[in-house]
Formats: sequence, C-alpha cells, structure tokens
Amino acid sequence: MYQYIIRRILVFIPMLLALSIIVFGLAKAAPGDPLSGKIVDPNIDLAVYEQQREALGLNKSIPVQYFNWASSVARGDFGESIAYKGRSVQSLITERIVNTLYLGLVALGITLVVAIPIGIYSARNPYSPLDYGATTFGFFGLATPNFFFGLVAIYLLSINLGWFPAQGTTSSTGLSGFAEFKDRIHHMVLPGLTLGLAGTATYMRYMRSEVLDVLGSDYIRTAKAKGMSDRNVLYKHTLRNAMIPIITLMGFEFGALLSGAIITEQVFNFPGLGTLFLSSITNHDYPVIMAIALLLGVAILIGNLLADIFYSIVDPRIRYD
Amino acid sequence: MNNQPVLDVSQLKTYFYLGENRVAKAVDNISFSIFPGETVALVGESGSGKSITALSIMQLINKPGRIVDGTITMNDQKLLELKPKQMTNIRGNDIAMIFQEPMTALNPVYTIGSQITEILRKHKKMNKKDAHQEAIELLKVVGIPRPKEILKEYPHQLSGGMRQRVMIAMAISCEPQLLIADEPTTALDVTIQAQILDLMAEMQKKFQMSLLLITHDLGVVYEYTDRVMVMYGGQIVEQAATKELLKLTKHPYTQGLLASLPNLDEDVERLGTIKGTVPPAYSFPHGCRFSSRCPYVMEKCTQSNPELREYDTGHFVRCYLYENGGSIK
Repeated sequence: MYQYIIRRILVFIPMLLALSIIVFGLAKAAPGDPLSGKIVDPNIDLAVYEQQREALGLNKSIPVQYFNWASSVARGDFGESIAYKGRSVQSLITERIVNTLYLGLVALGITLVVAIPIGIYSARNPYSPLDYGATTFGFFGLATPNFFFGLVAIYLLSINLGWFPAQGTTSSTGLSGFAEFKDRIHHMVLPGLTLGLAGTATYMRYMRSEVLDVLGSDYIRTAKAKGMSDRNVLYKHTLRNAMIPIITLMGFEFGALLSGAIITEQVFNFPGLGTLFLSSITNHDYPVIMAIALLLGVAILIGNLLADIFYSIVDPRIRYD
Repeated sequence: MNNQPVLDVSQLKTYFYLGENRVAKAVDNISFSIFPGETVALVGESGSGKSITALSIMQLINKPGRIVDGTITMNDQKLLELKPKQMTNIRGNDIAMIFQEPMTALNPVYTIGSQITEILRKHKKMNKKDAHQEAIELLKVVGIPRPKEILKEYPHQLSGGMRQRVMIAMAISCEPQLLIADEPTTALDVTIQAQILDLMAEMQKKFQMSLLLITHDLGVVYEYTDRVMVMYGGQIVEQAATKELLKLTKHPYTQGLLASLPNLDEDVERLGTIKGTVPPAYSFPHGCRFSSRCPYVMEKCTQSNPELREYDTGHFVRCYLYENGGSIK
C-alpha cells in the first residue's frame, strides 16, 4: 500500500512537467506580453519598454524562457509577479488560496449535506413527488451555468431581498472572533451555493442511481431475509456499497471545485485564487499563471490519489500490491 | 407425522402491477401446508412462480409486486397481518432462506464474521464475543475448514461452494422451524451440488427443520424430498408424495418434465420436450393455463381452468383428463 502511494506520487513529477509545458506553451501562444496592450504613456520612451522586456527575459526564445522558469521552480523559487511589482508569487498565492479553500469547503459541505440525503430518499421512494422534484432540480442544476445562477442569486437574494452580501469576503475589518467568523460565512453563502450547484445536482443523481442499484442486489435481499431492520439494511448494507462510485466523483471534485471557483469568484468579486488566475492571464503574468496551473494540477492528482486510497479502505476487493 | 403444520399457506395471491392495466399473476391462489420435519419440493420451469411463492412467504416482494390476498399462518400467527417490524423478528429466526446465487448473495464489503454475527446478535441477542464464538461453531457445523480465519475473510476470497456453506450457516444459526432453499445448487459445480444438498439434509435432521426446496432438478426431488408440488403459471398443478408423483405421474405438464430427463435404461435419439414456453404471467391462456402447450388439450380446457382435485389419497391434480375416472397412456 505504502509502496503504491510512493509510486503514485513519483508519477506526479512527469505529469506535472508535461502539464507545465502545455500551459507555458499556451500562455505564450496568446498574442502580446506583460508590457503590451497598455495605454502608451507619452512620457516613457519606447526604448524603455524594450529594456524592460530584455530585463524580464521576454525576448529570449520560448524554450529558453521555459527552461529558465522550470529550473528556478525546481529550486523552489516561483519568482516574482510581473503585474504586482515586487511581490513574490508565493506570497500572492498564499494570500488568496485560503479564501478559495474555504469557499471550496463551503460548496462541498452544501453539496454533501443536500445531495446525499435527497439522493437516498429518492432511491428509496422512486417516482414519488419528492423524487420527481429532485430530478427536476437535478437537471436544472446541471443545465444552469455557474455564472448565470450566481447573477440570478445576487439579483434575487442580495439586491431584492438583501439577505446576503453580493461580493467580497468580509464587510469590515474591525470584526474579530466569532463575529468575524459569522460575517465571513455570511459572505460565503451565495458563492458557495453557486459553486456547489452543479456538484449537488451530480451527486444527487449519482446517489439515487447507486442506492437504487444496491437496493435491488442479492445481498440486500439476503440481509432482509436475515431479519435485519430497515435501518441496518440501509446504513450498514446499502450505503457503504453505494458510496464506492461516489468516492471516484469526490476525487475529481477536489480539482473541479478549485477550477470551478475561477468563474464563481469572478461573479462575486471574491478575492480568491480564481480571480487572481484570471487577472494574471489578462496581464500575461506568466509566473503567477504557471504557479496556479501547477497547483490545480497537483490538486487534481492528489484528489485522485485520495480517491484510490479511500477505495481500498471501503472496498476490500481492491488491493494495491 | 405431526398434524399441526409448521407453515400453512392459503389462497395466496401475489400480483405484479406492470402498468397499462397489465397485471402479472405470478402467484395465483396457492394453498399448501408444510409439516414438521418434512422436505417439500416446489418444482416448475423458470417463470412458473416458485421463487415468488418463497419470497411471498418471507414478505420480500418488491414493487411493483404485492401480496393481494390470502393467509400465511405459522404457529397460529397470521404472518400477513404482522407489522413490517414484527416480520423482521420472523425472518431469519423462524423462517430462513437460502438463495440461488452464492456469488452475489453475500455483501462484498463486510467480512464473513460480520455477516454471521449480525444475525445472531439480532435474534439471539448475543454479545459480540459470544456471537463470534457461535459463528466459529456454525462454520464448523457446515464443514468449513479454518473457521477462525474464514471469519476474517471477505466473500470474494471464498469459492461458490464455500459461500453457499456460509449462507447455510447463517440460515441455521437461529434454528429456524422452516428453511426455504431457492435453487440452492443451480449455480454450483455438479460435484459441489451433492455436497451442499447432503449438508442441507444433515442440517435438517440435526435441527429438525422443515425444508421447502425449490428446484427444477427432478433427480434432486427424487433423492431428497418427501412430497412434491408442481407449479405452472402461478398455480399448483399437481401435488403428491414424491415416490407416488414420480411413478404415477398424472398431469401432462409433470409428464412433460419427466420426459425431458435423460434415462440410462432407454436409448433415445432426442429427449422429450414440452413445446413452446411458459406464457408471460400477464397473458395466460383462457381456461387451463397449460392448454396452449398441452398435447392432450380438449375443448373444455380452453374454456375454463380445472380445479386442483384429489384423485388418489394425497394425490392432487389440476386437469380435466381425470375428471370422470379417466386416464392417459
């Protein structure tokens, strides 16, 4: 098992290498560089721009630029942001990542708390009014784009009803302790709902079909024939089996939440990793783009690894030797 | 034989509501009794309603199926009147059941030990330690080697025969009065089949259970059972003591089943078959349900369904051929 995990982690290295080459290539393929596209200040000589380009190494060939970047990353140095002058990439990311992680946790929490009980209920009472309602909501959730749901939520719940703030992470800096925590959660509700919407719909559908499938299986009939109570049949015999495919989904969810946050954060003007990523792309801030892309890659790889590890814990038929 | 039956089923009807006004009468007005220590065979082709009869006794019929009518009595208790929760105290405790597919009948994510001890803890109210000890004893009784290690193993680590032994161990764990075995050997190798059947016969003697054996193997019927009920189209068409039924077969359907068996004494080119297939349970022919396949079909047979009548002592047949002392052959 441990050998398996170590082997899997070693495979991360070539995958991340490939990922970084692709992302770097794509970023460079976009026209322009960090100094282009700005309103030309008549007081600055155009030669100064060229000097800057020279200083930043932007005139070298793309492979050379990539190699320079990669070799400093290998030494643990992600460099300095070009757009935010004088700030290291690490400090920018650590400042933002906490917000995004909290947002992701809230979204995941909403997803699981809503989707799993409803999915189980739907499976136990198929074709009941609530099941039809949940199915309708499921398709609605899957079909509605994140940004659109976010905008509607802001319009209805924030502007019209005034229940939740429409943007940011806190309303004032003067709060502390529990009041601050409450304020942050309050700000997190709408983006959390928006980010969790698609996930909630997906999990609900999966949970319904899995539980329905397991409830029809022979071993559930055996458990019932042994005289096990409904509770025991559901919680012991059904759920553990039904959770096996859900775990795969959760593995992807890890990365999906982070990348899904890119759009959601933009809608709510939420100072997280997603807004930083988007602004870095428009600014051609290569060091930041590359660092965040790698981070997303690592998140997805770790998510899948965790899913595989949980697999072997839940399902004794799976062994990694 | 004791006169008080262990289980009495009377006019049981289990229908499946398939929508568009289609009703599958999977079990249609069945009555029978099982007496203490008796082994009764329930025989018939696939789709004749054998398994549904068994599942109806256990009250494990899933939607869209429903027990529509009838009574099931055990120890003066009317089982169909019990609340679902009370029924969980009967299942596994007074009536146990073994299924056809040992490969899928055990929960893949729990150890054998966990699955045996949970039934002991539920019905016998044992604590964890006693249940564990008892589980070891049970595995020994059903002939599983290394019982201590097997308890820690998962179903996928055992062979089909071993799994069926585990199922038997669970079934006998609470010393039920009635054991229902739904084609317990169909999915097993021929060599293992006899072992499992012998084990069940042994357990039956040891715990003085009654056994309802569902099978389509008439060889098994001959060797292991006291009485036979032949089912066709959701109804019993012939019922008699095993020896009597196999020697003095009356119903054309039962004759067809017997003719389809290979016989070592006769040299035949082709085995007998019953033409056609079992009609679906939502569109039985009018009149006798076997009339569409019966070689002796008469006009009367297509008009009304004959009653199950006793023609010899203990020999019941549902056929017009015998109505006026007639016979075939």
